[in-house]
Amino acid sequence: MQLQEAQLQKRMKVREAVGLWAALYRKPLDGDRLIEQLGLSEKRNAWFMTLSGGQKQRLFIALALINDPELVFLDELTTGLDPQARRAIWDLVRGIRQRGKTVFLTTHLMEEAERLCDRVAIIDRGRIVDIGTPAELVRRHCPERTVVVTTEDASAPERFRAIPQVELVSGQGLALTIRGRGADLVTQVIHCLAEHRIRAIDFRTELPTLEDVFLKLTGHTIRD
Amino acid sequence: MLRGLWRLTWIEIKIFAREPLGVIGTVGIPVVLFVVLGRVLGPAVRSASPDMPRYVSVDLPIFASLLIAASAVLSLVAIIAIYREGGILKRLRATPLRPYTILTAHVIVKLLFTAITLAAMVLAGRRHYPVDADVPLVSFTLALLFTTICILSLGFVIASVVPTARFAQPIGSLILYPMLGLSGLFVPLDSLPPMLQAAARTLPLTYAVSLLRGIWQGDSWAGHLGDVAALALMFLVCTAVSARVFRWE
Repeated sequence: MQLQEAQLQKRMKVREAVGLWAALYRKPLDGDRLIEQLGLSEKRNAWFMTLSGGQKQRLFIALALINDPELVFLDELTTGLDPQARRAIWDLVRGIRQRGKTVFLTTHLMEEAERLCDRVAIIDRGRIVDIGTPAELVRRHCPERTVVVTTEDASAPERFRAIPQVELVSGQGLALTIRGRGADLVTQVIHCLAEHRIRAIDFRTELPTLEDVFLKLTGHTIRD
Repeated sequence: MLRGLWRLTWIEIKIFAREPLGVIGTVGIPVVLFVVLGRVLGPAVRSASPDMPRYVSVDLPIFASLLIAASAVLSLVAIIAIYREGGILKRLRATPLRPYTILTAHVIVKLLFTAITLAAMVLAGRRHYPVDADVPLVSFTLALLFTTICILSLGFVIASVVPTARFAQPIGSLILYPMLGLSGLFVPLDSLPPMLQAAARTLPLTYAVSLLRGIWQGDSWAGHLGDVAALALMFLVCTAVSARVFRWE
């Protein structure tokens, strides 16, 4: 169990915390190895108050893992961390997962959920709104696909509009934004480019992410 | 959970020792005060013996002891409040540690430092206070540790409910110091108005003073069973109450 915004005694050493936690359980893991695995070896004798945010989180992960649990709860563990620390912790979570443990992760970062989770439950006001794999959720709630093609071909917009799945083609300068539904919209657009020999300067797809799903399901207004 | 208790206690001792202000405040200042007072009062005490005024020969050591006990309580209350406010208790809650284990660890730390302070005072004060050979030091130390545990249980109750660390110290003082005032240490109980006397009899510190004073003067423990019972009762009640009302966050 790891908690959002937990603290330890300011002057407690990393080694002491891990040792104390190990003493509380019947079959603890090897504390020194855990410290090493979490990259805290250099900080073994450092006081808790001198650790950085990422180091504190890694220590809390160590404490959560010390009793070798089958199910690990991690609550907003990368909130407030810089990208490097976040990525390092993601790797750790993948490591826990690979050892066959179940990880229960709470997060506000949809990118985090998308990258780490096998199953995602979206919670709005305390209720589960939907649950599924990230890909399922995106397919179910945000089936729109967007392709952005940059071309000098003046006939391109007409050609794109002729594709059945396309709902909207809008342009800004040379860049045309093509919106439509269905997984094969991209294929259709590529096909269209080939068939009509349209020369594309740039071609980019924008897939909806879990974040879009989240916003769609929970509303766009700011709330506490 | 005994293993966890020793671990936690040992770590808390080290943590406490790492806080320079804490050690100076708990051990250093009382000892220095005692020595300075001894310098000032010492000659008078020596020349006046064997007819030393009672407040110097008996009540000063007891007053000092109770002050140490009171400061132990206040610091216990403050530590628990800080732990609660900082979310440390919340994190400990998610382990097999129980509240009483955490409190016990802190009580042991406090008792240890109380004993160290007392020993340092006796050693430092030896030159100035001619502590009579017949003062039963071992017995008195036991009595003081027992008293401290019982007064600490009052601290449990305060610590279990104070909302924030900022309130901990004032609330603790507000409860402890009036008790100390009515304990019979400064004003003999008999000379108080009946109402206050009745109040004083319900306060635990009154029994603490009676016990400590008696033991210091060489009474047997058998003569103070009432005091011991009253303190033990308070300990049980306070511990039960705090186990009920203890808040993790």
